[in-house]
Amino acid sequence: MADNRRTKGFPTFRKKESLLAWLFSTPAIVLLIVFLIIPFVWAIYLSFTNQRLIPNLNIPTEIVGFRNYIRLFEDEAFLRGLLNNFYFVAVVVPIQTLLALGLAILINQELKGMNIFRTIYFGPVVTAMTVVAIVWTFLYNPGEGLINAFLNAISLGNLGPYDWLLDTKLVFPAIMFLSIWQGVGFQMIIYLAGLQEIPSSLYEAAQVDGANKWQQFTNITIPQLRNTTIFVLLSTTILAFKLFDQVKVMTNGGPQNASMTTMVHVVEMGWGQLKVGYASAISIIFFLIVLGVSVIQQSIMKEKGSES
Amino acid sequence: MAKTSATYSFSYRIRKAIGAWIKYLVMIILAIFFLFPIVFMIVSSFKENELQVISDMSSLNALLPVGELGIQNYKDIFTSLDFGHLMFNSVFIMLITVISGLLVNSLIAYALARLQFKGKGILLGIVIALIIIPFEAVAIPLLLFVNKLPWFGGARSWLDTYHVQIIPFIADAFSIFLFYQFFVNIPKELEEAALIDGASLFGIFWKIILPLSKPIFATVAILQALASWNRFMWPLMVTRGPGVRPLTVGIQSFFGQDPRLWGDLMAFSSMITIPVLILFLLFQKWFVQSVASTGIKG
Repeated sequence: MADNRRTKGFPTFRKKESLLAWLFSTPAIVLLIVFLIIPFVWAIYLSFTNQRLIPNLNIPTEIVGFRNYIRLFEDEAFLRGLLNNFYFVAVVVPIQTLLALGLAILINQELKGMNIFRTIYFGPVVTAMTVVAIVWTFLYNPGEGLINAFLNAISLGNLGPYDWLLDTKLVFPAIMFLSIWQGVGFQMIIYLAGLQEIPSSLYEAAQVDGANKWQQFTNITIPQLRNTTIFVLLSTTILAFKLFDQVKVMTNGGPQNASMTTMVHVVEMGWGQLKVGYASAISIIFFLIVLGVSVIQQSIMKEKGSES
Repeated sequence: MAKTSATYSFSYRIRKAIGAWIKYLVMIILAIFFLFPIVFMIVSSFKENELQVISDMSSLNALLPVGELGIQNYKDIFTSLDFGHLMFNSVFIMLITVISGLLVNSLIAYALARLQFKGKGILLGIVIALIIIPFEAVAIPLLLFVNKLPWFGGARSWLDTYHVQIIPFIADAFSIFLFYQFFVNIPKELEEAALIDGASLFGIFWKIILPLSKPIFATVAILQALASWNRFMWPLMVTRGPGVRPLTVGIQSFFGQDPRLWGDLMAFSSMITIPVLILFLLFQKWFVQSVASTGIKG
């Protein structure tokens, strides 16, 4: 409305504005089309072909229908990878979310030195995952690694030593552990922002009504953090499906696919074995999962909007 | 009466003090948990005796600067690995990505938030929808694509170049969205006053919107810079040699060589981490604000 009033009597102005808008938008539009939309549409097409990264003259590239998708169900590494991603979601997402909430509540207190603790807890977030993976590989050193030494000391010699990254049962939990160590600070900050948005008048009113700390926590803090929690849960879930860096560096999916993940498998198929068509099919499945999680997030958040 | 209230407040004070001490204890234990790998990395990087680095692992010595200390490991990575070149690659790629990203993403966001044009609503809808597509989902087709893409000077492929690590990451739907949210909330009156004073549309963007928008530029810059600095999967696939490789791929390749020289590896790790940690300590407020802004407001 205001814009109509503003531009009344300036017919060329509107034209200029429109031209400028497209001028401003074009670089981003071109880049998004070329490097996101086209590859995405192409991924869908490629997933129905036997396209290779470097064409093999003996195998002409052709459309193979759903063959790539059917093969997925017989591909043990793919199934193991997908299962591991779900395993990661089931274990890491709840633990990391609870820990992030706990840390946020701790550093939200008005005690001296809180900034120092916030800095320390957030530190791992700015550390590159490749570096984190290498340092933790060293910490997980079989035999006399620091983690083994620590477990041995606190259990008075009853636990360990473990071959963390060589044991098919331990390797994935070991990777989960360092992932939480590296990532939890990020969600902590998001929770901290959520906590600071809760109006203090709510707590004051509850204190007048004689509510204790625990009642305030369950009746004010938790409901007020509802959307933050949904966001943290689902964004961590999406990150879990993207799991790649630490696995690639530490184990490359091994031993015996025990730490395989969807993205490690995509890269192994598409880049390692040059099977672009097949890797595209896995990418599409990966995208559909991410899309599903995002749709769930949107619908839960909207529900809340209509309620209040 | 006076006595009971005094004892009440005394015991209350004691309880409060004990409570505070317990909180500090918990926070210190957590701090140790988050700090020990970083301390371990830095301490080990100064231990010159490779055997000592490993033998220290089974005791608290792993976290203490004991034994033969020096900067030999750092010298090693500069001479045998050409760390300086890898560092240059990472910094160069990061700077160009962030600077061009700030420009490209803020311009379209400004158009979407402040200018009137046909198709604006649809364009905004498309940009927001694109946030959902993760780069990981298009990485493989993009690899096939850049493999055959020409470049100036007759090059027939983008592999093993700087630009293949920069251009795909300049436009970013989420950054556009962050800019958009910020621009749309700037009061219109400022622009209107400038229009009456005869300012051009570009002049308004440059002289009014930009100076007001420092916080959002800092936020997007930090998020993009961290993403670029830590990026691993894509450069792993598109670089073959150390020529244009960033630090992340460089250290992974060094890590894969036998025998593993842990002292050198820890020096390498420290050199990747410490610059970012220093920047983080200096601009902590901005880092925290950037991360907080990625959460959607309820």
